[in-house]
Amino acid sequence: MWLHRVLRTVRLGSKSLMLHKLRSSLTVLGIVFGVSSVIAMLSIGEGARWEQEQEIKRLGSDNIILRSVKPPEDRSMNVANEQVIEYGLKYDDLAQIRQTVPTVRGGVPARITRQEARFGETAIDARIVGTSPEFLKAVNASLDAGRFLAPLDDEEPVCVIGATIKGKLFPVEDPLGRDIQIGMDFFRIIGVMSVGGGATGAGSGVAAEDRNRDVYLPLGTMINTQGDVLIRRSSGSMEAERVELHQVIVNVSDVAQVEPSANSIRHILSRNHAKQDYEVVVPLELLRQAERTQRIFQIVLGSIAAISLLVGGIGIMNIMLASVTERTREIGIRRALGARRQDIVVQFLVETIVLSTSGGLFGLFLGISIPLLVQHMAGMRTIVTLTSLLLSFCISVSVGLIFGIYPARRAAALDPIEALRHE
Amino acid sequence: MTRAAAGGGAGSRNGAIVSIERLSKIYRLGGGEVRALDAVSLAIPEGEFVAIMGASGSGKSTLLNILGCLDRPTEGAYYLGGEDVSKLGDNALSMRRCRFLGFVFQSYNLIPQLTVLENIEIPLFYQGLLPRACRERSRVLAERVGLADRLDHRPTELSGGQQQRVAVARALANDPLVILADEPTGNLDSRTGEEIMDLILGLHRQGKTIILVTHDAKVATHAQRIIRLADGIIIADERREEGPDVVA
Ligand SMILES: Nc1ncnc2c1ncn2[C@@H]1O[C@H](COP(=O)(O)OP(=O)(O)OP(=O)(O)O)[C@@H](O)[C@H]1O
Ligand SMILES: [Mg+2]
Repeated sequence: MWLHRVLRTVRLGSKSLMLHKLRSSLTVLGIVFGVSSVIAMLSIGEGARWEQEQEIKRLGSDNIILRSVKPPEDRSMNVANEQVIEYGLKYDDLAQIRQTVPTVRGGVPARITRQEARFGETAIDARIVGTSPEFLKAVNASLDAGRFLAPLDDEEPVCVIGATIKGKLFPVEDPLGRDIQIGMDFFRIIGVMSVGGGATGAGSGVAAEDRNRDVYLPLGTMINTQGDVLIRRSSGSMEAERVELHQVIVNVSDVAQVEPSANSIRHILSRNHAKQDYEVVVPLELLRQAERTQRIFQIVLGSIAAISLLVGGIGIMNIMLASVTERTREIGIRRALGARRQDIVVQFLVETIVLSTSGGLFGLFLGISIPLLVQHMAGMRTIVTLTSLLLSFCISVSVGLIFGIYPARRAAALDPIEALRHE
Repeated sequence: MTRAAAGGGAGSRNGAIVSIERLSKIYRLGGGEVRALDAVSLAIPEGEFVAIMGASGSGKSTLLNILGCLDRPTEGAYYLGGEDVSKLGDNALSMRRCRFLGFVFQSYNLIPQLTVLENIEIPLFYQGLLPRACRERSRVLAERVGLADRLDHRPTELSGGQQQRVAVARALANDPLVILADEPTGNLDSRTGEEIMDLILGLHRQGKTIILVTHDAKVATHAQRIIRLADGIIIADERREEGPDVVA
């Protein structure tokens, strides 16, 4: 009974709106764009957040990453002097951290260079990482084939290769047991890393690490074959530098202890190093920071959405006021035939809601298609969440409700006799 | 059903279905006041066909609007079906219109975006009838006024006479106690006007109470009783014994 009445009022409302198709659709555009832009922006934001989070998670939220950084004041000097510059993290730093910070469970040292990896005729630029067996666990990586470096491998000429390296050097054959050449030395492949930790999107806050292009050697092997001094040729000039450790991944026993541990580590390092030749990256802090940024982003987005929906709502109200004036006579007729004030209110309110709801529906479609288009054209990851769909749709319906009340009440307030006499 | 709700014949005053006592309508404008109706008393028994005549501005429409519960008198009482409705609120008056009254206007007053059937259905909708029943009844009514072949036409696709037929059918939809018609033939040529009058006379013959405002003396001759208004006062109230259409 009640439902019948509502359905009929909706049908009637749609009919009246269809009488002015162009006007109705133009009116609805405000809501369409409001809703679709909210959904699209939220999905792009959500996509960016997801990627960033993945990247930070890959670094490990219970890890603290220490990196050697060439101190800025040495950069200009070294080309002229051609001396070997020495900077960065020391084995002693790692030992001291392990001793004095009780919450530190382990530290995975790494030495890193860039060289060509060669197999037969093919070669590929690779990142050569000398590290310890614990590396695999510290970065949450896994293997596709074979095994990772083991304690007994230290100083042995073995290596584990990334997925891209495998694809390039061994497109068909099994790489396990083969020898690849790095510099003057040969290394036997004992494992292949699985895909993952791949190239990350641009614009993320964390330095992207493409593990698929890595070759892992035992740390001892690396020191033996490459020496302590790394010579780097870049654009004609030569750079020589001595770095003991390029990177240390410190693993903390408990996520809650990450931040206090990071502070202790910073303290130790600042005591040991006169120059700022290292950096401390705390993925957990980055995660928190990313969440803060995300929240600001959402507030900005919310305001834009609110404004555009407000504009849409005002447009609807405007049209409904015009419609009430135009249909004064109809209102008079209905009142004479027994409609109460509230029947008129409901009639016009339903009309605005039909208007804003259809705008909301079109907005949903557009809002789902725009992110797909963005993902396709710009290669950005977008994630349309159900919450954003529901939220924006509900808002569009309530815009109709809120901005419909005034015109509807005006229609109902008309005196039946005056209304009948109108025109 | 509707009749019982109105209080029935027993509750009506002096057997009148419509009865007004010393009813005034005063418009206060600027300094002075306009007495559109001045202490008018009138009783109309059930089944009577009354014509109201008078010069322009004499208060005919004002009276009809009050009788139609569209307006409230400034002073005096109005008994509709025995119940004083002169001081009822807006919702209560809407309910009385919905249940007991049918209107036919000079300018047809159909809703342009609705079809013939849908126009006839409007009063039924506000009565809360189910859609199926509405459809059924409005079809019967359309056939009764001779528009069986125009059910899905819009008002703009109909002649004036046809539109007024729809209006008559719509006035009948709620099976009203009283049908109020304000110059129903005013916009029609005399032949079409006669057709509409025949329709109204038919209703009268079936026992409906009809109150009709007209300028046209020829139209008024159909009525059993002619009330003449001048400056808000009844100056004549004639019963025509030998009218061409007396209730059987
Ligand atoms: N809303 C109003 N405000 C002020 N005065 C009004 C109003 N409505 C009617 N009047 C006055 O009341 C008087 C009666 O008007 P009414 O409309 O009843 O006349 P009528 O007999 O129907 O005339 P007509 O034959 O031209 O339709 C007129 O003098 C008119 O000016
Ligand atoms: Mg009049």
